[in-house]
Amino acid sequence: MTASQPGPLANDVSGTEVSDNAGKSVRSVTGITVRLAGDSGDGMQLLGTQLTNTSALAGNDVATFPDFPAEIRAPRGTRAGVSGFQLQFASEEIFTPGDTLDALVVMNPAALVTNLGDLRKGGILIANEDGFNAKEFKLAKVESDPLESDIINQSYRLVKVPMTKLTRAAVEEHGLSAKNADRCKNFFAMGLVYWLFGRSLEPTLRFIQEKFYKKPDVVAANEAALRAGWAYGETTEAFGESYSVDAAELQPGTYRNIMGNQALAWGLITASKISGKELFYGTYPITPASDILHELTKHKNFGVRTFQAEDEIAAICATIGAAFGGEMAVTASSGPGIALKGEAMGLGVMMEMPMIVINVQRGGPSTGLPTKTEQSDLLQAMFGRNGEAPMPVLAPCSPADCFDMAIEAWRIAAETMTPVMLLSDGYIANGSEPWKIPEMNSLPKITIQHPPATSGEEPFLPYERDENLSRPWAVPGTDGLMHRIGGLEKEDRTGNVSYDPDNHQHMVQTRAEKVARIADRIPEQDVLGETSGDVLVVSWGGTYGACHTAVSRARMDGHDVSHAHLRYLNPMPRNIGTLLKSFRKVIVPELNAGQLRMLLRSEFLVDCIGINKIKGKPFTVNELVDAIQSHAAPARKSKAG
Amino acid sequence: MSLPVLKATDFASDQDVRWCPGCGDYSILAQMKKVLPNVGVPREKIVFISGIGCSSRFPYYMNTYGMHSIHGRAPGFATGLKSTRPDLMVWVITGDGDSLSIGGNHFIHAIRRNLDINIVLFNNRIYGLTKGQYSPTSAEGQITKSTPMGSIDHPLSPLSIALAAEATFVARSMDAHVKHLGDMLMAASQHKGTSLVEVYQNCNVFNDGAMAYAQEKKQRPNNIIELEHGKPMIFGENRDKGIRLTGNHLEVVDTADVPADDLLIHDAHNPDPSIQMMLARMRYPVMPEPFGILRQVDGVATYNDQINDQVTTAKREKGEGDLNTLFHSGDTWNVA
Repeated sequence: MTASQPGPLANDVSGTEVSDNAGKSVRSVTGITVRLAGDSGDGMQLLGTQLTNTSALAGNDVATFPDFPAEIRAPRGTRAGVSGFQLQFASEEIFTPGDTLDALVVMNPAALVTNLGDLRKGGILIANEDGFNAKEFKLAKVESDPLESDIINQSYRLVKVPMTKLTRAAVEEHGLSAKNADRCKNFFAMGLVYWLFGRSLEPTLRFIQEKFYKKPDVVAANEAALRAGWAYGETTEAFGESYSVDAAELQPGTYRNIMGNQALAWGLITASKISGKELFYGTYPITPASDILHELTKHKNFGVRTFQAEDEIAAICATIGAAFGGEMAVTASSGPGIALKGEAMGLGVMMEMPMIVINVQRGGPSTGLPTKTEQSDLLQAMFGRNGEAPMPVLAPCSPADCFDMAIEAWRIAAETMTPVMLLSDGYIANGSEPWKIPEMNSLPKITIQHPPATSGEEPFLPYERDENLSRPWAVPGTDGLMHRIGGLEKEDRTGNVSYDPDNHQHMVQTRAEKVARIADRIPEQDVLGETSGDVLVVSWGGTYGACHTAVSRARMDGHDVSHAHLRYLNPMPRNIGTLLKSFRKVIVPELNAGQLRMLLRSEFLVDCIGINKIKGKPFTVNELVDAIQSHAAPARKSKAG
Repeated sequence: MSLPVLKATDFASDQDVRWCPGCGDYSILAQMKKVLPNVGVPREKIVFISGIGCSSRFPYYMNTYGMHSIHGRAPGFATGLKSTRPDLMVWVITGDGDSLSIGGNHFIHAIRRNLDINIVLFNNRIYGLTKGQYSPTSAEGQITKSTPMGSIDHPLSPLSIALAAEATFVARSMDAHVKHLGDMLMAASQHKGTSLVEVYQNCNVFNDGAMAYAQEKKQRPNNIIELEHGKPMIFGENRDKGIRLTGNHLEVVDTADVPADDLLIHDAHNPDPSIQMMLARMRYPVMPEPFGILRQVDGVATYNDQINDQVTTAKREKGEGDLNTLFHSGDTWNVA
């Protein structure tokens, strides 16, 4: 199921009662969407990550959406300090972390009031009763105890649990301070949630052992809290039933759960290996890109060199320096940092040097919404450099896709001798999903050749071009190929500085043509549904899951709707113009004010309708379904999804 | 391995040199070409990286590998290149505007990391390429195109900045004193770690004679002091003046009045940079300005060695990275 369909927990219609467990029934459902919300110090992200891994290990398809404040520790107990983690796990293939919640766990009043709006009517609301007191009401700016309100009690299945008290009792024998004992309450909550959804405690017990192995008392206390939470669900009368979600029918293979930034890092390492290069990664810390650095630094035994520069500019300049030296060079940042890198990117374009520039987008402009997602750097990626400086732009569509697109970006950069922009976003970066581990021999090889040493009798021509219009990647240390490159316009073939007007026009057009020709070496655009008809939804980047699910649902409802999701934005696939002209209407949902729409309109003279959300939040499936239906012709017969 | 015997002309590229007639840059270029055949590194292993400015056209004129980059950022490019290719000899060519204004940040960080590169800073105390605005080293009160009422910025001293960033090699020379300049470039090339050579360089178009006190043969002996490690600090036309450390400051004394043992002995190898910093702060006209090697400290780890050592260590301790092992690390599950 997808969460917004009539749900098993609300109406008990799609679930099947399958067994009886200690007097309680276990209901089998196809999917659950749950959100865990608490203070930013409550360990909600840890809880969410553990539940995700455990669900993935149980064979479910999973999709996650962590959502946290920009402040490290916003004032405790306030609405600004609420940290949330949403997760959908299902026995079917899913593409989003879900719209409305089947269950919500809140640790305090602030978490309740900021999240309750997303809980479906009849959904389960688990509240840490101990977090609901006069002091907390004041911090959360609520008048009275919301748990006592009629609306909540009538609309949801409220379960109040004194988690703090129960946790303290459970860990008492391990001699922790009161403060440390209270820190275990997320594990209590975890245990309770695990019982409710039939998750195994084993992976998390293993995690606790590994994470806290230096502190045996903490291990013992967290284990005790986790088991106590489970036991509470099992023994109390609070819950009439628990739920089970079967394994999803995924393609055969070995899987693991992977987050977007982790997949990017692994993709980069893989690309360096399959191209016989060592990886240089120059960067400056910025949310939400920093985790790529954190991941890469763990893998220096793969020949990875990471450079934490003094600023964004030094980071990309060092990256270009490493590229000049002949290595695989990568820099990453988020919007504001990419703005700083603009000048150096232009130099990379002029020098025709292969490298990858990753932008993990966040809300903008300026510092914007650092921990929230947005897709508003597309035009910056396309045009954010002085002069005519075209760069290929690619965008992964999901956490696992980051792995493939990192490799693809490097293939294009090395083949074309150009910097390549890879546009991820905060939603993909922090989200996770099952990743089918590739077979080693299925990984595409990337062949890179540097021109060999010569006697130097013939002058070396650093700007002579091959069939891709790429120039040779001659590296320092090679005898006979000494040459100088730089940001002044280059004379065709010789690379000498040139102010010749005709040469400048020729070189500008050649660099543009070089990028345009990449279209011949990327796949044609694929389409969900027909390649002509009533409505085409065109999307890019991290909105893939929501758009795919929404189009599938609209098709099930009988609408003539197709979906094209772009992973190559510059150049676009060669059939995209034909595709756009083959539909009555083109709808472009984006988490910005209409940037792809602007590109499509200007390039193909096709009118496009924008669905634009700029709230720092991903699309819900429901809002997209509504928008699609409002533009589509009336539904006819039902179609296969 | 025996290297082919190269001459200065072998290091000249086929490009026309386009500096103003009479520019001090010609002298620096000539000395570099003269020194390089003797540093023991083949041409193809040498890379010149520059930023933007008159001086930064330098790489185009050398028949080595070269990169003319963006304003102030040459140390950044050098960091990436030297970190991945420690086998290369990397020279950063920069000016006072390039390295101290827009590139001040990168200048400091390359030095504090002790990246094994050689920075040659052409200091003419003016913006030449943009035609005559004051620079970070221009004198206070200087009238320029952008300061018709006189510059109100206090000038920076590249040597002081470098020493404050714990530089391991700091020297000063000048365009007009060609033998001295050649010696400094040679010494810098032999140093392991960041070497900074500040070169006083005359801009005869926009700032002619700004450093004549140091550059003109007649004035030079009284206004500068040539430092030599282990030697007492003596200067003057008739070698009749010296530098003495009195309390916590340096003073000029007549050698006739002061016993030779009282003069300060220059210690370039002292790991404590305090006195070297005092030397860097000696300014004309109050004091003679120091030329030569102010500081030369060996044995400090370089950034490029360390970044590569960590890779070597990781490979030794964890084994050469294996993708299949990486992908299957942690929790996995099978779908049949």
